[in-house]
Amino acid sequence: MSPRLLALTVAFFAALALLAVPLGRHLARTFEAPLRPWERRVLTLAGVDPDRPHTWRDYALAALAFTLVTHVTTYALLRLQGALPGHATGLRAVPAWLAFNTATSFATNTDWQSYAGESTAGDLAQTVALTSQNFFSAAVGLCVAIALLRGLSRRETDALGNFWLDLVRAHLFVLVPGSAVLAVFLASRGVVQTLDGPAVWRTLDGAVQSVPRGLVASQEAIKMLGTNGGGFYNANSAHPWENPDALTNLAEMLAIFALPAALCVTLGEYVKNRRHGAAVFAAMTLLALAGVCALGHFEHQGNPLLAALGVDVTAGNLEGKELRFGVDASSLFATVTTDASCGAVNAMHDSFMPLGGLVPMLNIQLGEVVFGGVGSGLYGALVYVVLAVFLAGLMVGRTPEYLGRKIDRRDVRLAALYVLVPAFTILVGAAVAVVTDAGRAGVLNTGAATVNAPWGAHPHGLSEVLYAYSSAAGNNGSAFAGLTAFSAARPVFYSLTLGVAMFVGRLPLMVLALALAGSMARKKQTPPGIGSLPVEGPLFVALLVGVIVVVGALTFFPALSLGPIVEHLQLTAAGGAR
Amino acid sequence: MKLLRPSLFFTAALLVVCCALYPAAVTLAARALAPDGATGSLLRTGDTVRGSRLLGQTFAHPEAHPEYFWGRLSAASVDPATGFTVSGGTNRGPMHPALLDDARARLAALRATGVTGAVPVDLVTASASGLDPHISPAAARVQIARVARARGLSVGTITDLVDAHTERPFAGLLGEDRVNVLVLNLALDALR
Repeated sequence: MSPRLLALTVAFFAALALLAVPLGRHLARTFEAPLRPWERRVLTLAGVDPDRPHTWRDYALAALAFTLVTHVTTYALLRLQGALPGHATGLRAVPAWLAFNTATSFATNTDWQSYAGESTAGDLAQTVALTSQNFFSAAVGLCVAIALLRGLSRRETDALGNFWLDLVRAHLFVLVPGSAVLAVFLASRGVVQTLDGPAVWRTLDGAVQSVPRGLVASQEAIKMLGTNGGGFYNANSAHPWENPDALTNLAEMLAIFALPAALCVTLGEYVKNRRHGAAVFAAMTLLALAGVCALGHFEHQGNPLLAALGVDVTAGNLEGKELRFGVDASSLFATVTTDASCGAVNAMHDSFMPLGGLVPMLNIQLGEVVFGGVGSGLYGALVYVVLAVFLAGLMVGRTPEYLGRKIDRRDVRLAALYVLVPAFTILVGAAVAVVTDAGRAGVLNTGAATVNAPWGAHPHGLSEVLYAYSSAAGNNGSAFAGLTAFSAARPVFYSLTLGVAMFVGRLPLMVLALALAGSMARKKQTPPGIGSLPVEGPLFVALLVGVIVVVGALTFFPALSLGPIVEHLQLTAAGGAR
Repeated sequence: MKLLRPSLFFTAALLVVCCALYPAAVTLAARALAPDGATGSLLRTGDTVRGSRLLGQTFAHPEAHPEYFWGRLSAASVDPATGFTVSGGTNRGPMHPALLDDARARLAALRATGVTGAVPVDLVTASASGLDPHISPAAARVQIARVARARGLSVGTITDLVDAHTERPFAGLLGEDRVNVLVLNLALDALR
C-alpha cells in the first residue's frame, strides 16, 4: 500500500467514525420519536390508521406497494419524455425495454445504467423520474432496517412500527436535509446546478462542444447518500461536473458510507448494547480495509504490456482513471462504492488490472453487507450475524441465542434463503448469458483480434458478464461497462434478465428480512447461558468476518478463477514474454 | 386496495418534496453562494466562453497543433441527435488490442516531435470521463521542447509557465500533482 493511500484511508475511516456516531444516534431518535400531531394528520389524510402498528406482513406489503407504485411512475415518466416538457431538443421517449430496465434499476436502489445520461434523459427525467427513486428506494431500505431493529429490541409483540410514518421521517429528517447540505457543498466546488441548458463553446481545435447541464448537484448528493449510484452523466462520478476535485471525491465517498455506517451505531442504540454495534462496525471496516489494500496494490502495478512499449508506468494503471484522483483515490472509491451497494464510479472498473477488477466484483458478491446499501446493508449484515451465531452454537453444541433470543429452525431457514437467492441469481444469470448469442453479443473485451469481430472466449469477457449479474442481484449498479446491455438491435436480453435479477435481489430479500424481524419480535427473553456467543469483542468480529468471507469465497471462487484470475495469469505471461 | 391510497398519496407528496422543493432550494442556494461553480466554472476570454476550467478539450489531429500541450486520450463522443458531448471511458481491459494500438499511435506522434525515453502513462491512456482536464507534470515536461519550438519561445519560459500551473494535492494528501491543460494552453496564447 502506498503511503498516500494509507494516509487517505486512515483519514477516511476516522472521518467516517466521527460522522457515524452522531448520525446513528440521530436515526434512533428520529424513528422512535412519539407521533407528532402533524404526522397524525398526514397519516389520516393518506388513509392510514396512525394508531394501528404494522405486523411484519403489513410492513412488507406496504413497502412492496410503495415500491411498485413508484416503479410504475418512473417507467411512465421515462416513456412519456417526448410528450412532456423539460427535455432538450433531440431527446425522445426512452425505449420500452430500456425504460423497464431503468425504472427497475432505480426502484430497487441498483441504479444500473444501460444508457448514457447525456443522450437519453432530459431535465424532467433526471430530476423527477430518476432523482425521486434515489430518495424513495433509499428510504424504503432504511425503513426495513429500522423494522428489523425494532424486531431485535422488542419482546413478545407483533408490532414493528408503521411503514408510512417511517417513510415520511426517513425523507424529512434524514435524506432531504442531508442531501441539501451535501448538494450545496458540491455546487460550491463546481458541481453543476442550473437550468440554463447546455454550455456551448468552440474548442481550441475549432470544434463546437456542447455539454448538457442540469440539476446535477441535487441529484449527485442523494445519489451518494442514498447509495444509489445512478449518474447524471454517462461517466458518473468520473465526470468533472459530478466530481470536480479531491475534496468532493472525499465528501462523496463519505456520503456513500455515512448512513450504512451510522446504522451500525443505531443497532447498538436499539438493542442497548453499543459494543455490539461497534463490533459490527469493526467487522465491516476490516473487510473494507482488506479490499482497499488489495485493489490499491494491483492498480499500482501498471500494465506490463504498456511498459513493454516504452511507457513509464510508475504512476500505475491510469487507463479509465482521472488524473485528479489517480490510483489511490480511485482505489478507495471503487472499494467504497462496491462495499456499499452504491455503484457510482470515479474510474472505469472494466479497465482495472485483472485482480484489481476482482476486488469490486467480490465486494458485491459478498452480499453487499460490508456496510452495504442504506438499510439493506444492515439487514443483510444482521442475517450474517444470525448465521455466525448459529454456527457458533453448532460448534459448542448448544441452542444458538442472539440478544437473548433463541435462534430456531425458521430463523436459520430465512437466513439461508437470504444468502442463497442472490448467489443463485448471479451464477445462473451469468451462465445463461455466456451460452446464448444475445448474451455474448454485448461483450466488449473478447478474445478476438479486433473489437468488432464476433465473440471469442476471453476471461475478461466472462468477467464483464459475471460482474453485470453480480451488480444487478446485489443492487449495486456499477459495471464492467464495456458490456453493451441495451442496443436497438438487441433491446431485450440484458434489459429483461438484469431487470429480473435486480427485482430478485431486492424484494424477496426485503421480505425475508422483515419475516426475520417478525420472528425476533415475538420471542421470549432467554437469559444468556454459558454456550451463548458474546456479540461484542474480537471473537465475534472474527467469526462474523469469517462467515462472510467463507460463504462468499466458496460460492464464487470457481467463477472468479475462470475470469479475473486466469486473465491475471495470461497478462503476467504476456508481459513477461515481451 | 387499502394500500393503493397511501401509496399514491405518499408518492405524490414526496415527489413534491424531493423533486420540486428540494432541488429548487439547492438551486437558489447554489446560485447565491457559488454562481460560478453551479453554472460550470466557465473560462472566458473577454465575453467569449472558451470552455470549462473543469473539462478537458481534445484535438482531432494533435500533430497539427504542436504549439499546444496535448491532454489525455479521450473516449468521449458526440451524440448525433442532440449534439451533446457524451462522456465515458474506453472500458478496455489491460489486454485489449485497441488499448495497445492507441498507445502506440500516441507514442509515435510524440516520438515524431523528438520525445525520447519513457513516456508518462497518463499521456498514452484514456481517462474515465474522456473529459479529464489534467495531465501529470511529467507529461507536461516531455512536451515543453515541442511547444517552445513551435512558438519560437525559450524552453525556460515554457517551463516557468508549466511550473506556475502545477497544482499540488490538497493538504498534501488528497489528489495528485497535476497540470490543467486548457488553462495552460490559454495562458500560452495570452503570452503573445
